[in-house]
Amino acid sequence: MTENKKQEKIGVYVCHCGTNISKVVDVEDVAKWAGEQPNVEVARDYKFMCSSLGQELIEQDIKEKGLTRVVCASCSPHMHEKTFRTACERAGLNPFLFEMTNIREHDSWITDDKVAATVKAKSLVRGSIDRVVHHEPLDEIPVEINPNTLVVGGGIAGITSALELADAGYHVYLVEREPSIGGHMAQLDKTFPTLDCSACILTPKMVDVAQHDNITLLTWSEVEKVDGFLGNFTVTVRKKARFVNEEHCTGCGICIEKCPFKEVDDVFEAGMGERKVIYRPFPQAVPKYPVIDKDNCVYFKTGKCKACEKFCPTEPNSIDFEQEDEMLQLDVGNIILATGYDLFDSKKIPQYGYGKLDNVFTSLEFERMVNASGPTDGKIVLRDKKSKPKSVAIVHCVGSRDENYNKYCSKVCCMYSLKFAHLVHERIPDAEIYDCYIDMRTPGKGYEEFYNRLLEEGTHFIRGKVAEITDAARIPAEEGKLIVQVEDTLIGKQRRVPVDMVILSPAMEARAGSKEVSQLFKMGCDFDGFFVERHPKLDPVATMTDGIFVAGACQGPKDVPESVVQGAAAAARVAGLISRGTVMMEPVRASIEQDACSGCRICNNMCPYNAIIFHEDREVSEVITALCQGCGTCVAACPSGIITGAHFTNDQLFSQIEGVLWDMKETVSA
Amino acid sequence: MSEQFEPVIVGFLCNWCSYRAADLAGTARIKYAPNMRPIRVMCSGRVDPQFVMKALREGADGVMIAGCHPGECHYVNGNIKAMRRFYLLKAMLKQLGVEEDRIQLVWASASEGILLAEKVDQMTEALRALGPLNWDEKVIHRNNGYKSAEALPVLEEA
Repeated sequence: MTENKKQEKIGVYVCHCGTNISKVVDVEDVAKWAGEQPNVEVARDYKFMCSSLGQELIEQDIKEKGLTRVVCASCSPHMHEKTFRTACERAGLNPFLFEMTNIREHDSWITDDKVAATVKAKSLVRGSIDRVVHHEPLDEIPVEINPNTLVVGGGIAGITSALELADAGYHVYLVEREPSIGGHMAQLDKTFPTLDCSACILTPKMVDVAQHDNITLLTWSEVEKVDGFLGNFTVTVRKKARFVNEEHCTGCGICIEKCPFKEVDDVFEAGMGERKVIYRPFPQAVPKYPVIDKDNCVYFKTGKCKACEKFCPTEPNSIDFEQEDEMLQLDVGNIILATGYDLFDSKKIPQYGYGKLDNVFTSLEFERMVNASGPTDGKIVLRDKKSKPKSVAIVHCVGSRDENYNKYCSKVCCMYSLKFAHLVHERIPDAEIYDCYIDMRTPGKGYEEFYNRLLEEGTHFIRGKVAEITDAARIPAEEGKLIVQVEDTLIGKQRRVPVDMVILSPAMEARAGSKEVSQLFKMGCDFDGFFVERHPKLDPVATMTDGIFVAGACQGPKDVPESVVQGAAAAARVAGLISRGTVMMEPVRASIEQDACSGCRICNNMCPYNAIIFHEDREVSEVITALCQGCGTCVAACPSGIITGAHFTNDQLFSQIEGVLWDMKETVSA
Repeated sequence: MSEQFEPVIVGFLCNWCSYRAADLAGTARIKYAPNMRPIRVMCSGRVDPQFVMKALREGADGVMIAGCHPGECHYVNGNIKAMRRFYLLKAMLKQLGVEEDRIQLVWASASEGILLAEKVDQMTEALRALGPLNWDEKVIHRNNGYKSAEALPVLEEA
């Protein structure tokens, strides 16, 4: 039995929370009863414990009555634990000698049964009373913040984060796995609703990144390993071999011109165009150095060619076939993840015919097509690259808002679909455009106005989810066309719309491999694979892991302005931490009693942070406090019971269990 | 009031997901059985099987362990370790004559207040059907012939 041998003077404070608690829980009764419990010196109830008067009540009692422990029964500790800890500290009591009891969220708000709620409140308060007796004074652990930051992902969100921090005077490592930064935004033609040219607003920012003294740009690179914790991460980055020496290369592009081999570009051109085997993804790429596609390079396959090397005008030659992957170690204090999104694979919906019917395009293919620097020089043409379509159907919600694929709304598709409709109007004024939507979702500044503009431009809007896209004609007018079968729910009829071209608007999805990435960075991702923010409303850029932030579409579908906002917000959070220099961490940490450790090493493998080391000489394990995150898994696993999890010790938890079951004693062990 | 049996459940809720789910259930004013008495732990991986034994011995009719969904653990995979221990413990308790439904493992993310509330309701109903645990009678006397809980050798708290 864990007996409460210690004599402590506990103050118990029961909060009414206006009427939030008191209308269900008999707070006066709880306070009166609490006063009779062991070790309790004083018990009070008060209207609002979190108010300055309520806090003063605690402070006064600590000073006047010499309280050694404080229990406050009110709301969730996630709400006001800090408030009351600070009050204790002001009165000279170590803040960790305080314990909070949640009788609002976990009690008064979940039931109307006053008797049961009061019984539950008492049991929870007794749990806290019995627990707090075993509390130890603890000191928060100061952690110094390394002022360097790692930004993963060079799309618009990552670029924004990097520039914000660099402009604030802090050094940033920007890691991008493709040969150039720019992300999806670099592939787009126009941005809704203003129809700015995407490249025109993005490329100056990309150039800023390249030229900024405070940014180390690592493209064609991937993060392999992350060690450490807030303030002191050590990140291992693989800088893949480019086979082009960045120190000598001037980016003249002669090698690209002279390379005799072409490949289909599945990445930047979304399969719509070709690139050379030594290539830059697009003309304004940053950095300007090309990269050799090793898998398709004839020299690497047969040992012959070397055209790029022959024609390279630099001295010494910039082409380096011997180049190897380089492993870099970066020390950073904070990490911002801006890894972006993948597009839903439309082939997963066979009835839409993508991949089988030539003239069914995806949104990204269409973006490349209408882009003036794209594979068709901005001409809207069918797959034969010649014929202009006379009629175009745009299909919303491909792989989103669909129980079979993704339940969520992908948020940006309505707007970019409208943009497509406008671009077709603009380029082929006499084309008929059919826009098939389930619901038109246009919340955003200037977005609804853009929709109205499209209505006036004469797009035919059909409200209904497309059932099928087929080339099987039933009547002569359908011959040689794609037929879009859709129920027009506004007139309540099935329609077959014959068109020349179909553009699918697939959902934004989490990156393939986002689960692995989340594990690499020791943070969470949801069922859809999007990274989980600390709080969906009040903390949308931080994650549950201190020092790791998220920005852009890796956290959920987002358009450009939202990604920019989140990128800047993440940077602001990081800048705040850096400017503080030192942050205090909760002292919830494990420690191993060195003399008692049997050296069984069971705990060694339990630790997800590799924070437990084994001393071969003494045959004992030890916790590296700086690495420990305080989960307590090792504490639960130690067969000798000699690992202590500070603030969640066995004594504290066993006593709390006894406490919450205080009323069961008479009924059980009679 | 009717003489309906009101089971008592001790809930070990992890700080990051399920405790917050319970907070959310309250904030959203979802009404559910007040029979669960929550104890906060940093991670479901902190739940020592002895905590469960202790709660059952102290008079709880059931124990709920709730953590983040697999893959979403704040501490990478503490919940997986909790799960491993859970099945082992469950198998052991079954042999001691404790019905399976008396200990339950629940995954509830911070946004799943409704789910957690439902689980508590379901568990309360299941325990009502089973009736009180009566640990001393059921486990100690039947299995070992020991006369009281104090004599049970496996339980040694630090």
